[in-house]
Amino acid sequence: MNDELVIEAHDLTRRFGDFTAVDRISFDVRAGEVFGFLGANGAGKTTAIRMLTGLLAPSGGQASVAGHDVYTESEAIKRDIGYMSQRFSLYEDLTVSENIRLYGGIYDLTDREIRGRTDRLLTRLGLQHIARSLVRSIPLGWRQKLAFSVALLHEPAIVFLDEPTSGVDPITRRQFWELIYEAASAGTTVFVTTHYMDEAEYCDRVSIMTAGAIGAMGTPGDLKKQFGVESVEDVFVKLARPGDARVPGSAAP
Amino acid sequence: MTALLGLLRKEAYHILRDRRTLAVIVWMPIVQVIIFGYAIRTDVDHVRLAIVDPVPDEDTIALRGRFGATDTFQIIAVTPRVSTLEELFSSGAAQGAVVFEAGFADHVARGLPARVMLVTDATEPNTGSMVQNYALAVVQRYEAELQTRRPGGVRIVPEVRTAFNPTRASSNLFVPGLMAFVLTIISSLMTAISLTREKETGTMEALLVSPLRPWQIIVGKVTPYLAVGFVSVIGVVLEARLVFHVPLRGSMTLLLGEGLLFILVSLSLGILVSARTSSQRVAMMAALVGTMLPTMLLSGFIFPVESMPWPLRAASVVVPAKWFVTVARGIMLKGIGLRYLWRETLVLAAMALVLLTLSTRSFKARLE
Repeated sequence: MNDELVIEAHDLTRRFGDFTAVDRISFDVRAGEVFGFLGANGAGKTTAIRMLTGLLAPSGGQASVAGHDVYTESEAIKRDIGYMSQRFSLYEDLTVSENIRLYGGIYDLTDREIRGRTDRLLTRLGLQHIARSLVRSIPLGWRQKLAFSVALLHEPAIVFLDEPTSGVDPITRRQFWELIYEAASAGTTVFVTTHYMDEAEYCDRVSIMTAGAIGAMGTPGDLKKQFGVESVEDVFVKLARPGDARVPGSAAP
Repeated sequence: MTALLGLLRKEAYHILRDRRTLAVIVWMPIVQVIIFGYAIRTDVDHVRLAIVDPVPDEDTIALRGRFGATDTFQIIAVTPRVSTLEELFSSGAAQGAVVFEAGFADHVARGLPARVMLVTDATEPNTGSMVQNYALAVVQRYEAELQTRRPGGVRIVPEVRTAFNPTRASSNLFVPGLMAFVLTIISSLMTAISLTREKETGTMEALLVSPLRPWQIIVGKVTPYLAVGFVSVIGVVLEARLVFHVPLRGSMTLLLGEGLLFILVSLSLGILVSARTSSQRVAMMAALVGTMLPTMLLSGFIFPVESMPWPLRAASVVVPAKWFVTVARGIMLKGIGLRYLWRETLVLAAMALVLLTLSTRSFKARLE
């Protein structure tokens, strides 16, 4: 991990009519960091991710991703990022290698690159034997690892994972986090949303969104100390309950 | 370019691996044309006819013979009294009746108007009016014959002629319309469903965050289905020729080309629909209702547009099928070419352009 900033957001805002989904959020993500982006459903996580991935234009504020401005350079951003959603984005009626080939082609890899990377990818995952199987027929856990590896196929600077582990069993989840660490140690920045609070503990830093704003941000250890609680989950609960007193200074660590 | 080729290959896999859907989209048009082709027939055959002839004479007997001689009519009763008609009609025994006045031949001979009344069962207005026309034609033909034998003695009634379709076979008119009908539904449905399926499974999101441009996504979607639609067109044209004996007087190449253009319009319509809906079910309903009703009602396929009130006539202008029906009938029945059909072709091309641009836009709009 170094100090180079790959995501910078300053007062990033998105309004839908009268409703402000994301309200002036500011944060930085450093290269090679595993950044956890937490928040309850409807807190504005998805809207924030959509702005950062160039799917949605912000209503205000500034942000850059991999050095590209989100307003003017969304095409360049798209080349430099990988993306995986909770629905895994693989075509079920295509085989494993057909899926890899499709996404490789979409990101303009040459046939030779695609062949080489497909081999390496399947060997690393130990999935060579299912290269010709339809995605539909392989277990959910394998699909998930595969989707993650496909999102990294074009070697992006940053990979966005939108609730990548929802609906998978705890062991598979742990294995999946090993893949995330592997990617991060290879220099890929990982921006991950999750609603499993135990996973938050695996992140280098987390931010917690409530009602469109960032309620707290820092390393899991710092946050627990700051809020005087045992786990990130407790931090989350404290933040999510408006009745409880907020810890001063939590918005900008 | 590689990206686009990849998309096309992927779409081809989708189509080829989903055998059931493929079978439906290739066979459905062909089967539907058969079903509709036989169901929607306005040909009248063996119409049960009652004859009321109070005082039979040479002319009424001759005319009765004429009616009996055609396949169109089948004389089921000859009666001297009008009062028996009511019973024949209400029991459904008779679909039409010819009522002569007494002294028919005498009036004809003396140059006075000889009255014959043609009664039809109007519960089926279309059949009724067809029967009326046929019966009228029989009477008029007889009248014309008398005229040649006794010049100046009989009033001449102008003969009604049907151009290009002298046999009055309704399949000639219906099959081109059916082609439009079936192709619209299938094409718009196919793209609408396959696009919303990608939205539902989440793969659309992956395509949208990728560097693919909206137009590439749309071209990748449209092209494979254009090919499938083309296979359907060929099937339907062959069927029209072999099963319904619809003539193909014009150029086959032109007909297939226009068919392709029309499919492109319908596919784009499907994309536009799916860009605005998020579930397969909604897209399916929207595509069905949005294309089926206008195509059925406003394309001239069943009901002639010319005889509609002006608001409907105006609305029919935006129905793509209306233009394609004109083109298909022109090529198949009249044997005319682009020299006469360039206007319709231009309208279809413009529609394709506008719809494709709109759908690319609505894709972009999703991103902003």
